[in-house]
Amino acid sequence: MKRIFITGLALLGLMKAYAQAEKEQDSTAYKNRKLKIEEIDLVSSYYRQNGNNAVVTGGIGSEKLTDISNIIDLNLVKYGENGIKHNYNIEVGVDHYTSASSDRVDLQANSSASSSDTRFYPSLNYIRENEQKGTTLGVGLSSSTEYDYQSFGGNISYAKKTNDRNGEFTARLNVFLDQVKMVAPIELRNDPDTKASGNSARNTFAGSLSYSQVINADFQLLFQADIVSQQGYLALPFHRVYFTDGSVHQEKLPDSRLKIPLAIRGSYFLGDNIIIRGYYRFYSDDWGITSHTANIEIPIKLSPFFSVSPFYRYYNQTAARYFDAFQSHNALDEFYTSNYDLSKFNSNFIGMGIHITPINGIFGIKELAMLEIRYGHYIRSTNLDSDIISINLKFK
Amino acid sequence: MKKSVLIIALCCVMASCVQVKEYQKNKINDAEMALANRKIEKTELNFQSYREGASGANAGKSGGGCGCN
Repeated sequence: MKRIFITGLALLGLMKAYAQAEKEQDSTAYKNRKLKIEEIDLVSSYYRQNGNNAVVTGGIGSEKLTDISNIIDLNLVKYGENGIKHNYNIEVGVDHYTSASSDRVDLQANSSASSSDTRFYPSLNYIRENEQKGTTLGVGLSSSTEYDYQSFGGNISYAKKTNDRNGEFTARLNVFLDQVKMVAPIELRNDPDTKASGNSARNTFAGSLSYSQVINADFQLLFQADIVSQQGYLALPFHRVYFTDGSVHQEKLPDSRLKIPLAIRGSYFLGDNIIIRGYYRFYSDDWGITSHTANIEIPIKLSPFFSVSPFYRYYNQTAARYFDAFQSHNALDEFYTSNYDLSKFNSNFIGMGIHITPINGIFGIKELAMLEIRYGHYIRSTNLDSDIISINLKFK
Repeated sequence: MKKSVLIIALCCVMASCVQVKEYQKNKINDAEMALANRKIEKTELNFQSYREGASGANAGKSGGGCGCN
């Protein structure tokens, strides 16, 4: 009897000790979590293009260009005392490009200072997420610096999920305050009609409203409406325009532009291995451009860790009313450009991506959770073509 | 006529919404199902906004930066 009593006491003691240990473990789950790295993305791209309508030389001449970009994107997360999730995103990007047309700011030069440049663009974003209420508040700052251009940006956003958590409304406001350095074509620098010194301001205000809705367990949609207002110097000072009489002028465009893009995006899980991602955008602005963009991408999961994603994008636009080709404008025109990016054209972009997420990490490195490679070929009806290959490494 | 058909089709799709519980969202939560561009698309979206007159409503650039190249 005594042994049974002692054994019983010992068992009770053990159980109590275990229960306390469990309680201690549980209690740690409710303590504030320290700031931790959620993921790091490294994204590198190589882009090349060729064409024969360079705007720097008035709509004729080589548009050959290469660009190498590298972006590091760091996401940090911290949970607050009240269960609020704090997300911090730090992104730093560096592009280096060489451009045959930029080299022609000085028509005599073969390899001038403007033949290449480096762009540096850091950004910092903070998102406060109340998972219980389904609300998200975000603020962010960004900048972009290159030799002849400086941009500072700020954004604020608010999102609210519906009560059933199947819909989400988001409102966002972006502001960009930019400065354009007045680098004029060399032969126009003494022309009294040419802006050839100092800086000019270009400001952009963009409002965006979107609503996403889960339709069923396989299908969801997103509607987005933006309104973008730009004011200031919207031309570029080194763009030439040749008139019918052979005279050369600096590009001249209105000092305001209102853009309205409307978009719908959807993703549908077809069966167990195929996803259909679709996107359509209608765009209109007060410079006379109307455009349609349609994009489809079909990720196919060949295994739980490997998928391929062929994609196709079609785009068309009407010309801005200020556009005309080389030696087509005349002195009666108030505004003029020979920038083929503002001409009437259509384009096709086709390519494929691969996505690898092995369970033990890429090359057995557990922290290296994902590798993605994407290639695309772009053809524009104005005889411009380009290729881009990108790689994304995700560390977790 | 086209707009009316599109609006009716959208209304039908929205009317067919069913309430999906969190535990039923394994497909909706798949990374490939995200209603956003991927990070790997950032540079190509930038170049599309440089080379085309339209921009915005795609989480890409709608201002800021030169696009001089």
